[in-house]
Amino acid sequence: MQRRFFYLVPLAVFLVMAIYFAVGLTKDPKILPSALIDKPVPDFALPPIEGGPGKGFSSANLKGDGVTIVNVFASWCVPCRVEHPLIARLAELNVAKVYGLNYKDKPKDALRWLAELGDPYTAHGADTKGRVAIDFGVYGVPETFIIDNTGTIRYKHVGPMTADKLEREVLPIIKKLDKGNGQ
Amino acid sequence: MTAEIGHFALILALMIAAVQSVVPLVGAHRDNAEWMAIARPAALTQFGLVAISFGCLTQLYLSSDFSVLNVIQNSHTTKPMIYKIAGVWANHEGSLLLWVLILALFGSAVAAFGANLPPALKARVLSVQAMIAVGFYLFMLLTSNPFERVEVPPINGQDLNPLLQDFGLAIHPPMLYLGYVGFSMAFSFAIAALIEGRVDAAWARWVRPWTLAAWCFLTGGIVLGSWWAYYELGWGGWWFWDPVENASFMPWLAGTALLHSSTVVEKRDTLKGWTILLAIITFSLSLLGTFLVRSGVLTSVHTFASDPARGVFILALLIVVIGGSLALYAWRAPSLVSTGVFQPISREGALLLNNLIMATAAAAVLLGTLYPLMLDAVGGDKVSVGPPFFNSVFIPLMLPMIAAMAIGPMLAWKRADLKPVLARLWAAMIAAVLAMLAVWAWATDGPVMGVIGVGLAAWLFVGTLVELAGRIRLFKVPARESLRRLARTPRASWGMTLGHLGLAITIAGMSGAGAWQTESVQAMKPGETVTVAGYDFTFDGAKDGQGPNYSIVRGTFLVTKNGQPVATLDPEKRVYTVTKRPTTEAAIHSTFWGDLYAVVGDKDKATGAYVTRIYFNPLVAWMWGGVLVMVGAGITSLTDRRHRIGAPAGRRVAGTAPETVKT
Repeated sequence: MQRRFFYLVPLAVFLVMAIYFAVGLTKDPKILPSALIDKPVPDFALPPIEGGPGKGFSSANLKGDGVTIVNVFASWCVPCRVEHPLIARLAELNVAKVYGLNYKDKPKDALRWLAELGDPYTAHGADTKGRVAIDFGVYGVPETFIIDNTGTIRYKHVGPMTADKLEREVLPIIKKLDKGNGQ
Repeated sequence: MTAEIGHFALILALMIAAVQSVVPLVGAHRDNAEWMAIARPAALTQFGLVAISFGCLTQLYLSSDFSVLNVIQNSHTTKPMIYKIAGVWANHEGSLLLWVLILALFGSAVAAFGANLPPALKARVLSVQAMIAVGFYLFMLLTSNPFERVEVPPINGQDLNPLLQDFGLAIHPPMLYLGYVGFSMAFSFAIAALIEGRVDAAWARWVRPWTLAAWCFLTGGIVLGSWWAYYELGWGGWWFWDPVENASFMPWLAGTALLHSSTVVEKRDTLKGWTILLAIITFSLSLLGTFLVRSGVLTSVHTFASDPARGVFILALLIVVIGGSLALYAWRAPSLVSTGVFQPISREGALLLNNLIMATAAAAVLLGTLYPLMLDAVGGDKVSVGPPFFNSVFIPLMLPMIAAMAIGPMLAWKRADLKPVLARLWAAMIAAVLAMLAVWAWATDGPVMGVIGVGLAAWLFVGTLVELAGRIRLFKVPARESLRRLARTPRASWGMTLGHLGLAITIAGMSGAGAWQTESVQAMKPGETVTVAGYDFTFDGAKDGQGPNYSIVRGTFLVTKNGQPVATLDPEKRVYTVTKRPTTEAAIHSTFWGDLYAVVGDKDKATGAYVTRIYFNPLVAWMWGGVLVMVGAGITSLTDRRHRIGAPAGRRVAGTAPETVKT
């Protein structure tokens, strides 16, 4: 009897996995949990990436400064590299300040990454332990948040930014939020 | 017309597969030879039909038929011929068609060349193959039809993702799929054996060539993908622990374990249940890879366009195939009786250790890949798992395995003594220490892992040679006698020796490339020089040019060392006309000790300087070379006499039987 039980283990393990997959299918990893939309940004203050330029940034930077964008990135994340030119383009358009949240990264690697690919950010902050990212509800890197003038999270994109998303969703939302501010 | 022919051929293939999955199986159960015999023509016809279907899709691409959705989305008239062909499988629907083509190819190979298989086993194997095929045909026809037409055809197509317009990547998917799908043979044999309730040495020997072939293809496919990332993504890295890379690496780990455990079944008639389980797991992981890439549950740069309906279908398919086979396993495997008994310190014990470590490594990679998904499903913290996790789990697992790898082949079957074996490995020990000292003297401040890696590589390399020397009794008998023994060494043994030597070389390469990469990023004006790892790179400016469907900025570097010219490097930056997407083409000059690697970036309009990135990647050529040796080892083993002459003699099985009575 005990021997039989032993042979059932692989099946049991697989069935547990299958349940996870089934639940995973019902969730689109690209959709923001509604709980965080229209909530104020969490209180935080991030130091700059060690050895890098700037003073870091905090929740104060995201309030009363028009629409702002927080882009979560890490040097070890391959999709971040893919989306980086688009983040740079977004920053060049000058429609909103783009802040970089460097997630669980080594300062040396992060700085090298920025030197290599260009640094489009108004300022960046190092979240070495990932604490702030958790408060932001970060699923995985990269992620991009749009925050309105009052410091409220209004939109979130999970995964690498695409040209299509940028044109069809991100830019129109920024425009709409900008108008809402009466600017 | 062509699209419709392809579509109908696929539907016919589904129907034939449906017959093939039932009739021979029932025939085998009832011992009805005629019913069993249906498997052969069915498998051959199925392959013919899928080949027609695949040919049709290829023709649609070659003739740029923009009334077909798939062609619109992935092709363009200006695309070079080779990428029109590669475009066939560089998308979700087409790659599935390639998948079933290869599945049908393997099935027809069993049908055509499996004359020495017992008829019942052959019928069951082909039935199981057809069941898998039915699942995939249905998936294609219901959710992913590559032949879908559009009502109003556009003038031209949207072109293929430029990153994929590359020779290495054109042949990468077919290789990878030959590997993935090749493991379906081991799976079908395992299921057939479970139904029959019998696993013996003969069974192991029939499965082995299929597993070996699949392993060779998968190894080649993985390394091609890695090589592509190395020269095309342009930042000198070659492995990123991306979910899709993991998806190909997990079956490789399990498949490697399977290769080793099937040896034990063949030679010693034990570890049967475990080997069957490994065969199921290896193919399950291949299927899981397909699920992860296509269902959209995980985000990856490689992900094909995802669609919830497809995800549900794939999940159902996984539950039927994997769940069904594991249920069959739970029901039937307990009745598989192993007769061989062995002590922990023995060849079997060493192979089992290899298996446990490989399986643990595969499980760790699986956990790391699925962890974000699982945590999300239970509503937990949001996490992401990156290379820090994989490196800190995977590397410590591999260290003891490589250390044991030099010892294992020298242990006797059944029961061995560790002391004399370790004593014989003195040369390997000295080599490891010398290599570590040499590396440490060369780069005192380098990472410790690099030093350990090179030391282990030397240990494994020399240890494998010591084993070979022992086998041919080098210096123990006259040289002529040794040479005669060398010539008579079976190719399967050569496969082991070469495979382990290849891995040693690969590990040395990985350690070098991982630990001592030097890079230099700067803005350079023409005429300026930077020095990286003792090489002087002089930037000779950049010129604009035009390719078939892209524009080029091509930089030129003259590389010298101590004033002697070494190489000219011409990295390119391309912008594809249709998609406006840029790609980098790194220029690489390989030398024995490392690669000179240069990338040219954007021009700064104000100063006229170009951003350039220059790397020295030590020992990278060793890494690719080592993997090639491993693939060569697999092929060598595949040509072993006992595979070529086919049916194993009953004598051998009988010969091993009496031994098993002892202890």
